[in-house]
Amino acid sequence: MTAVPSSLNPELSHAHGDDHEHHAHPSNNVFGFWLYLMTDCLLFASFFATYAVLYMNTAGGVSGKDIFELDYVGIETAALLLSSITFGFAMISAHAKKQKAVLAWLAVTFVFGAVFIGMEINEFHHLIAEGNGPQRSAFLTSFFSLVGLHGMHVTAGLIWMTTLIIEVARKGLGDKTVTRLSCLSLFWHFLDVVWICVFTVVYLMGAM
Amino acid sequence: MSLFGKLTWDAVPFHVPIVMGTLAVVGLIGLVIAVLMTKHNKWGVFWRDWVTSIDHKRLGIMYIVLALVMLLRGFADAIMMRTQLAVATSGAEGYLPPEHYDQIFTAHGVIMIIFMAMPFMIGLMNIVLPLQIGARDVAFPFMNNLSFWLTTGGAILINLSLGVGEFAKTGWVAYPPLSELGYSPGVGVDYYIWALQISGLGTLLTGVNFLATVFKMRAPGMKLMDMPVFTWACTWANILIAASFPILTAVLAMLTLDRYLGFHFFTNEAGGNAMMYINLFWAWGHPEVYILILPAFGIFSEVISTFTGKRLFGYKSMIYASGAISILGFIVWLHHFFTMGSSANVNAFFGVMTMVIAVPTGVKLFNWLFTMYRGRLHLTPPVLWTLGFMVTFTIGGMTGVLLAIPGADFVLHNSLFLIAHFHNTIIGGAVFGYMAGFAYWFPKAVGFKLDERWGKASFWCWLVGFFVAFMPLYVLGFMGMTRRLNHTDNPDWNMWLYIACGGAVIVMFGILSQIIQLIVSYKNREALDDTTGDPWNGHTLEWSTASPPQYYNFAEIPTVHDIDAWTDMKEKGQAYKKPEVYAPIHMPKNTSAGVLMSAGFTTFCFAMIWHIWWLAAAGFLFGIVVFFKRCYTSDVDYYVMPAEIEEIEQAHIDSNKGGINA
Repeated sequence: MTAVPSSLNPELSHAHGDDHEHHAHPSNNVFGFWLYLMTDCLLFASFFATYAVLYMNTAGGVSGKDIFELDYVGIETAALLLSSITFGFAMISAHAKKQKAVLAWLAVTFVFGAVFIGMEINEFHHLIAEGNGPQRSAFLTSFFSLVGLHGMHVTAGLIWMTTLIIEVARKGLGDKTVTRLSCLSLFWHFLDVVWICVFTVVYLMGAM
Repeated sequence: MSLFGKLTWDAVPFHVPIVMGTLAVVGLIGLVIAVLMTKHNKWGVFWRDWVTSIDHKRLGIMYIVLALVMLLRGFADAIMMRTQLAVATSGAEGYLPPEHYDQIFTAHGVIMIIFMAMPFMIGLMNIVLPLQIGARDVAFPFMNNLSFWLTTGGAILINLSLGVGEFAKTGWVAYPPLSELGYSPGVGVDYYIWALQISGLGTLLTGVNFLATVFKMRAPGMKLMDMPVFTWACTWANILIAASFPILTAVLAMLTLDRYLGFHFFTNEAGGNAMMYINLFWAWGHPEVYILILPAFGIFSEVISTFTGKRLFGYKSMIYASGAISILGFIVWLHHFFTMGSSANVNAFFGVMTMVIAVPTGVKLFNWLFTMYRGRLHLTPPVLWTLGFMVTFTIGGMTGVLLAIPGADFVLHNSLFLIAHFHNTIIGGAVFGYMAGFAYWFPKAVGFKLDERWGKASFWCWLVGFFVAFMPLYVLGFMGMTRRLNHTDNPDWNMWLYIACGGAVIVMFGILSQIIQLIVSYKNREALDDTTGDPWNGHTLEWSTASPPQYYNFAEIPTVHDIDAWTDMKEKGQAYKKPEVYAPIHMPKNTSAGVLMSAGFTTFCFAMIWHIWWLAAAGFLFGIVVFFKRCYTSDVDYYVMPAEIEEIEQAHIDSNKGGINA
């Protein structure tokens, strides 16, 4: 069997339209990634359910009312929601093949995401320092786990975003790179939706 | 903290002769295989054509090899338990101390479900599904290889626990608070957690992969309601995998946090709730049993319609019935613990939902019966397994409906009646189904048929052995014997325990027959050779390829006009037709990234079990680095050229010169 690099054989290039069984088809990748996000959704659902069961079990310690500061979480939430909008701008630029605009919007998105994570770490640090760590009660266990799981996802998203910023800067906006950006975009918006649920179920309902 | 965490030489059970003997035998077999492979210079082939292969057919074969090896291990556990219980009657202690016995029943359950049944099912799906939908591979071939090696990583961990440390003594469900650190301080539960976690991740990726495959890669003309019934059954199973395995991931992560960082999800103290674990576990666990059984139903459908030479009766109702079972499978989990103490109305809801599942299952049974009606059934081994299933599974289903009555369940909960029931459905349903599929698709995957005489011997031993081994357990359940007993002191039970042990021995002869069958078939492979690619006059596209199929599956992607696409092509005279010219075929290249990533993550899991933190970090980082490297490798595919395709296809067509064989 002979390998024919597509660059040497224009007929076989990836742009060839009727390549039905194409393995690296971008729509396969985005669809597959979307399926993965649905499974991730169920992972969060399990942690939400557990939080709903355990949130009243404070074991004589603090409850949500005592520790949630809505102003602070409001700013955190605003940072994350804004980062979703800026990612949207990055995607519009990506489809328009504007490399510099993509890089700029991704950088802005990264900053918003980093602000969110920084504020979350700060909140966790304060709680733990005051003796209200996850080992204190089942309520705090489920709170730290649910919010932390989301935070870990955002952190992973930031790492992924870093690799894509490097990729876009070095290689420009090829088909593969835009597909990757689309997947990260799905991921990022998904985390936004999950956060809206966290904000509502954990913080709003807890502080009321 | 030492360099090797909790790991010391004390972890190796030098003082337990059974374990040491087993390790010696396994080591010897491994040594013999290694020597033979070196002698015949097979390591390179093994690495290039198998370990790094992303061909779904080869991965399927490797999954099934894994499943068969783990079947032997799981069965060894089973026969040890049965002999222990046959010896340890009337107050005798037997030969397995509780400490060891508890690990055996836990390992038996985990192995049979996670490392025997799952790989067997996924292996058959790997071999058959892409062929049935006329695709050249799955949607994500590299991820398919990774899934296999993650599953194998889990299997390696669970086998490692035999010689290094211990396995969980909690039962295969690992309920807290028993599985919490306070009551299970050893590494057994940690082995359990990480083995399930890593193989579960592999399974989840498989589910996503095959869903993307059926939705994106069907041959032109094949609508969803034209897909072969086995593919449909697998699709429902994959939907269940995608919807339920994340719950397992979550619940294991929670137990991990409890054990490693002192969290309070399921502890007795600080407001933890052990029942939350049990709810989440079964919210995964119940769909899991349908993940096992639905593909088996698909296999029976293929076998029955092929060997009666008829179109399957009620294709649509089969698919809707599978869908109904899938949905209902998600709203019955509470029947695993009616005794939790939820209200009568809650129990009633879950009881009724459980009974309702019997309706779509009944639809399926009648469809199979109507397919056979006025057909001419060839009593080959796959058909025997199917008929055996129809009788056995019906009995298992009926005892299940009996257990679904909360009042009855309060009496029978955790008794041997329950053990008999779920073995009745899993062996009589899933395992018989995989055996049928194994015999049915063996020539397709390997190129020669299996010896029928030994296949029939195996079937009869399994069937008779099953009934002799498990019917007494129903009786013992009614007599009040609970599960997980190490020894008994009730003379009334003795006779039934002896009979059950005899049944296990008969099943052992069934397994021996299968091993002999493989050896005999291999020796007679020339006489059993399947030159046609279509030994049973099949209905679906996998039979249009050679046996074993060309590595690119289809020289030209077929266009589908009928549910029984291959029968349709044969009837219209379009089978074995050569196209004017062959177009080059785009294929993915083999890669070592999957096995290396899995090596990194398996090392991570092992290090986490033994608290070797530096090694955990190193293993994890290694896996991630390999992954990133793979992402930025552009040399991932190649083209098969028309001249080579021409040569391979001509050989296949030549072997079918006489037209359609019967």
